[in-house]
Amino acid sequence: MDIQTLTFIVVGLTFALYIGIAIWARAGSTNDFYVAGGGVPPVANGMATAADWMSAASFISMAGLISFMGYDGSVYLMGWTGGYVLLALCLAPYLRKFGKFTVPDFIGDRYYSQTARTVAVFCAIVVSFTYIAGQMRGVGVVFSRFLEVDITAGVLIGMAMVYFYTLLGGMKGITYTQVAQYCILAFAYTVPAVFITFQMTGHILPQTGFGATLADGSGTYLLERLDGLSRELGFAAYTEGSRATLDVFAITLALMVGTAGLPHVIIRFFTVPKVSDARRSGGWALVFIAVVYTTAPAIASITKVNVLDTINGPDQQGVMYENAPSWINNWEQTGLIQISEEARAGEEPMFFSNDDRANTNVDADIIVLASPEIANLPNWVVALVAAGGVAAALSTSAGLLLVISSSVSHDLLKRTFKPDITDKQELLAARIAAGFAVLIGAYFGINPPGFVAQVVAFAFGLAAASFFPAIIMGIFHKRMNSTGAIAGMVTGIVFTLAYIIYFKFMNPTAGPDEWFMQISPEGIGTVGMLLNFIVANIVLKFTKESPAEIQELVESIRYPKGSGAATGH
Amino acid sequence: MAFESADHAKAYWKENLSLMLKLLFVWALVSFGFGIFLVDVLNHVQFFGFKLGFWFAQQGAIYTFIVLIFIYIRQMNKLDKKYQVDEE
Repeated sequence: MDIQTLTFIVVGLTFALYIGIAIWARAGSTNDFYVAGGGVPPVANGMATAADWMSAASFISMAGLISFMGYDGSVYLMGWTGGYVLLALCLAPYLRKFGKFTVPDFIGDRYYSQTARTVAVFCAIVVSFTYIAGQMRGVGVVFSRFLEVDITAGVLIGMAMVYFYTLLGGMKGITYTQVAQYCILAFAYTVPAVFITFQMTGHILPQTGFGATLADGSGTYLLERLDGLSRELGFAAYTEGSRATLDVFAITLALMVGTAGLPHVIIRFFTVPKVSDARRSGGWALVFIAVVYTTAPAIASITKVNVLDTINGPDQQGVMYENAPSWINNWEQTGLIQISEEARAGEEPMFFSNDDRANTNVDADIIVLASPEIANLPNWVVALVAAGGVAAALSTSAGLLLVISSSVSHDLLKRTFKPDITDKQELLAARIAAGFAVLIGAYFGINPPGFVAQVVAFAFGLAAASFFPAIIMGIFHKRMNSTGAIAGMVTGIVFTLAYIIYFKFMNPTAGPDEWFMQISPEGIGTVGMLLNFIVANIVLKFTKESPAEIQELVESIRYPKGSGAATGH
Repeated sequence: MAFESADHAKAYWKENLSLMLKLLFVWALVSFGFGIFLVDVLNHVQFFGFKLGFWFAQQGAIYTFIVLIFIYIRQMNKLDKKYQVDEE
């Protein structure tokens, strides 16, 4: 069977599964819709959190980025896993004990202020929309490459799918679909990785394989060969990297803290029955995420060697275009591989390097999607990878849609403008809001603003500079008052946004020497976060500490007993 | 409050904080320490086919994170029992 038919069958089967689950897990109340009735077992919640968290960007782009950045790519690996330690130790158990539906709920009640609530709603909506546009784009790319439908149709199919099961099932439907999606995406990610590791090193486990010797009998370690090749071709040595140490630190910390501050991740911890379950699901989430994240660097280094060997030939002298394997042609058509006229005409061999010998360019995004083809794996593996990419994009979009719809129906409508609406009306509002969110998301997926990729990176910086300090101080600093918290959030956001906008849009050619202490816009959220803490504490010194009843509330969330069901009141 | 006394509550919170800070110290040590600031030093050590610093940055830190969370879960469950604030 050809790849296209197989892909249709595999993706079709997964869609049928998601719809089946959604119908089985219909939501009957706002409690079901927002937090799955608070009855999700911790292991299932961990799995759903993992799927929620791992987006099309993790699945499609991360290994490719590491492949091209080498050691510097470690920022994503440590940043996006280290955040779960913060979540499990410092946030999840307390927010669960607090027992509300959304993050703005916590901020608004803890800081006894509608202003704080509104600022939080605004941040939650901005962060979620920037994310969702990127997801829809990922669905579009997978559909257009493997199913040869155009990107617009791909986005519309994906959106219709997500809307259907979010509308029907709310958090409950999403949770159980995400469990299925996790299994599919983890399987799709690891199977090709095991194959290529075995081919290259004779090891079964990718995690040990990329530290092993090559299977060609030369006795050279894979990473040693990759370092050598990189130097020879004018790239930085793979295991060393080239960014400033302080910048690597700032980006890693911003990603960790940003992860812990993302609303669609935090609300997952409101769905479990007990405080101890919130801790436990943080642990399980990281286990399931680590399956993919420890495999990614192996795919990155092995496929890099494969790509260099295929394009430049095993002797690194270049390969003639007419002898190129078919995957080069396939991906050339998508524009993700570019080859010069001379090489295409057969006047010189193709060559991929970082100096003036180069006439071929490879986009980082193909590393995962093309790895099965590069390694000559069977067609069903290619189809599986496509289904995995779609699963990753759909699961994250669904989680984000829920955040947007609950922000509108719960935080804005119920808690701010119309406190007297009934549960049924609120549920209807949530579904209508989700509908609008889907339409806006689809629009951005089809007409992506040129800066989507950068905007997704901002989401972390913004979450790091705004939500994270406000929540941490809300739990660990009981005297912190509303004036301090709001001043901190506003300072954090304004500073981070201004720095990013200045260096990304107004002065994009500026390099490390112009940056503040060589910290790139990706890492500036770390500085924004520090400013937030500092400003909040200075303001606190000059204003009255939080009222006694708030301090009692903070006391009570510190102890697990009597967490009860999550409520909206 | 479910505690026997206000002192009990204070003691519980103190133990919780000290456990959390110890674990966060290790968290920072393996990632920011071994993986970033000390990476060049550790890279002189060979660990199977990896340079040790590189291994911590791309593998070791992640495994340590998992272990840290599970230690926290175990210790906190014990602590909840000790002060009788665990939920049935």
